[in-house]
Amino acid sequence: MGIENKLANMGVVTTTLESAVNWGRTNAMWPMLFGLACCAIEMMSAQSSSYDMSRFGMELMRASPRQSDLMIVAGRVSKKMGPVLRRLYDQMPEPKWVIAMGDCASCGGVFNNYAIYQGVDEVVPVDVYVAGCPPRPEALIHGVMTIHEKVKGETFKQYAEKYK
Amino acid sequence: MATAINTSTTDLVTRFPNFVTLDARTGYTGFIVKKENLVEVATAVRDEFGFDLLTAATAVDYIAENKMEMVYHAYKTTGGAGLIFKVQVERVDPIELPSLINIWPGVDFQEREAWDLYGIKFTGHPDLRRILMWEGFEGHPLRKDWKEPFFEEETKPFKSRWPDGQHTFAENKNPFRDNLNFPKDFDPEKYVVTGEDDLYMSLDRDSRKDEAGNMKTDHIVVNMGPHHPSTHGVLRVAVQLDGETIIGLKPVMGYLHRNHDKIGERNTYLQIIPYTDRLDYFNSMSNNFGYVTTVEKLMKIPVAERAEYIRVIMAELTRVQNHLIFIGMLMNDLGAMYTPSLYAFEERELILDIFEAISGARMMCNYFRFGGVVRDIPDDVLQKLKDLVFERLPAKTDEMERFLNENEVLVARLKGIHVLNADDAIKYSVTGPVLRAAGVPYDLRRADPYSIYDRFDFDVAVRHNGDMMDNYLIRFDEIRQSLRILEQALKQIPGGPINSQKPAYQVRVPAGEAYGRVESPKGELGFYIISNGKPNPYRYHVRPASFVNLTAVESMCIGSKIADFVALLAMLDIVMGELDR
Ligand code: SF4
Repeated sequence: MGIENKLANMGVVTTTLESAVNWGRTNAMWPMLFGLACCAIEMMSAQSSSYDMSRFGMELMRASPRQSDLMIVAGRVSKKMGPVLRRLYDQMPEPKWVIAMGDCASCGGVFNNYAIYQGVDEVVPVDVYVAGCPPRPEALIHGVMTIHEKVKGETFKQYAEKYK
Repeated sequence: MATAINTSTTDLVTRFPNFVTLDARTGYTGFIVKKENLVEVATAVRDEFGFDLLTAATAVDYIAENKMEMVYHAYKTTGGAGLIFKVQVERVDPIELPSLINIWPGVDFQEREAWDLYGIKFTGHPDLRRILMWEGFEGHPLRKDWKEPFFEEETKPFKSRWPDGQHTFAENKNPFRDNLNFPKDFDPEKYVVTGEDDLYMSLDRDSRKDEAGNMKTDHIVVNMGPHHPSTHGVLRVAVQLDGETIIGLKPVMGYLHRNHDKIGERNTYLQIIPYTDRLDYFNSMSNNFGYVTTVEKLMKIPVAERAEYIRVIMAELTRVQNHLIFIGMLMNDLGAMYTPSLYAFEERELILDIFEAISGARMMCNYFRFGGVVRDIPDDVLQKLKDLVFERLPAKTDEMERFLNENEVLVARLKGIHVLNADDAIKYSVTGPVLRAAGVPYDLRRADPYSIYDRFDFDVAVRHNGDMMDNYLIRFDEIRQSLRILEQALKQIPGGPINSQKPAYQVRVPAGEAYGRVESPKGELGFYIISNGKPNPYRYHVRPASFVNLTAVESMCIGSKIADFVALLAMLDIVMGELDR
């Protein structure tokens, strides 16, 4: 694969550090408390007792973008909201990830008109798309777990290239 | 029915023979008033005829007749039928109408909306800015001749994008520039956004002197939102503060605007139902209810008996669930972060399970159809529902009351903090629990009964102090009353078909207009629909409770402390999907 293979004969430190960092990142991934529309309600349900996202260490919602590393875009993004959303994204410290929750955030969903972005990926880069209108809480949890998988596979080299 | 005018008691024509005429178009009701005399007639409607509550004010674009029409729906808070009056103007810019803001301050936002989406200038309106679109947006999207950049066709269903087995992108068929209008001499490089200045200018910005006339205190403007944990979504509020006291406040909305009305005008009648789910996303069942009753009124079809009961059951379950969430969220806003709302969510999940069992979706139920509902309630679900309503929910409501009501912090935060008194609430067209907590027993289920609510034995919950505590407690009262209705409905529910009509993709709606309203958990939810006999409505307007209730927020909050603002806003129980449409 990446740098791990190349550095394999130089000792185990790098790999360990990498996976140690990734382990830290996945197990304390703080999403931003950022509800836009209907999907936000399912996001709240996902945190509530019946579904309980905290079982996976991902329930600690932060109201401030500066304390969060995962943006769950839960809902449709209007043209008026777009600049605000981008600004919030820019305020989040690196490294950061984005989940587009629901059809609206993924592709505009049922709102195919001038007022709504046809997918939040027109505004911010998206890592995981969760389908559904609204996605069930299980689907959101699955989405977050998918992002955990993704983060676990990331390498320092990728980071270095991404944030060059 | 609700919109029928009793001409013997409220005949505007005999009162103003010179400038009021009866609206004689087929399927229409109400009166047409001359523009010059609008204010005079409106004053008489309020003072002489006693229609103190102006619920809906909206515009219609009759492009074929080259007319713009403004439609007002006035009601009495003592109940009964409404009075519709309309005013027509030539469709030549600038379209101007007198503002009714001095008669019913509740039209404030609705007039701004008409300006934003239809370009009607209201002379005398003190703060006529765009409300849902942003300042600098070109055109007025609800006008019939306004086309969006990627305009495809006037109405759905659109032509196939696979005409010969080959997929084409709509964007290629309709190049971006075709419908894009820029103002004359527009230079994007030099363009400066002015909307923010207008907003801050609308707050009173000058510094005040103190009583002695020397020391000046500077006021600061604090922007809350659109991303703020306590604004319940993407509402933005610009507050002007003198120390900790709010001296000026302007809500800014539209961050979730997708022009529900225009989507509706493009869709067929049946296609609109799932969109109404997404209005007030806590209460999709009530939204469905409001919409289908309005269309049924136009179609003049009966509703199957069993379906009526199912509808009432679903609407009341929704109310219970909404109020539970309200209480949980209020606690969040007061700082009791998350524990109380977990209790609320637990009960809500049980109700959502029922919704899922009957409709297939937890939140976006899409369950009502014209003439009935789409699926029957299976017996086992009915049994589950009975357990829930007879056993669990009453006990849990008691439990929540026991846990919360006496809590010292809660009492200190809520008791004696004024929200609205009855006069102001009516003035600002506030409906729903906020109005009832101010001592006005105005509940559409009693004041203007729809569906089969007249068969049930229940009280209109009402409290009299109008403070936050009353606003909070009235939610519990309403849950209790809803449970009462549910118990009766579950006992009485008959068998039989669940729809009086045959299932059809297309319904035939005769030409005419109808205004239907239901008591949604947040207040009066109205739908104003004009049909011209085609498969799509000519005009489709939602009168959302949250949007109109928010009109009062400015006068509610001025003078109170910034810390209370969050709780005051929570009292209105707004939801952005409905507010911004
Ligand atoms: S995907 Fe569906 S539920 Fe989610 S925001 Fe869009 S309309 Fe609402």
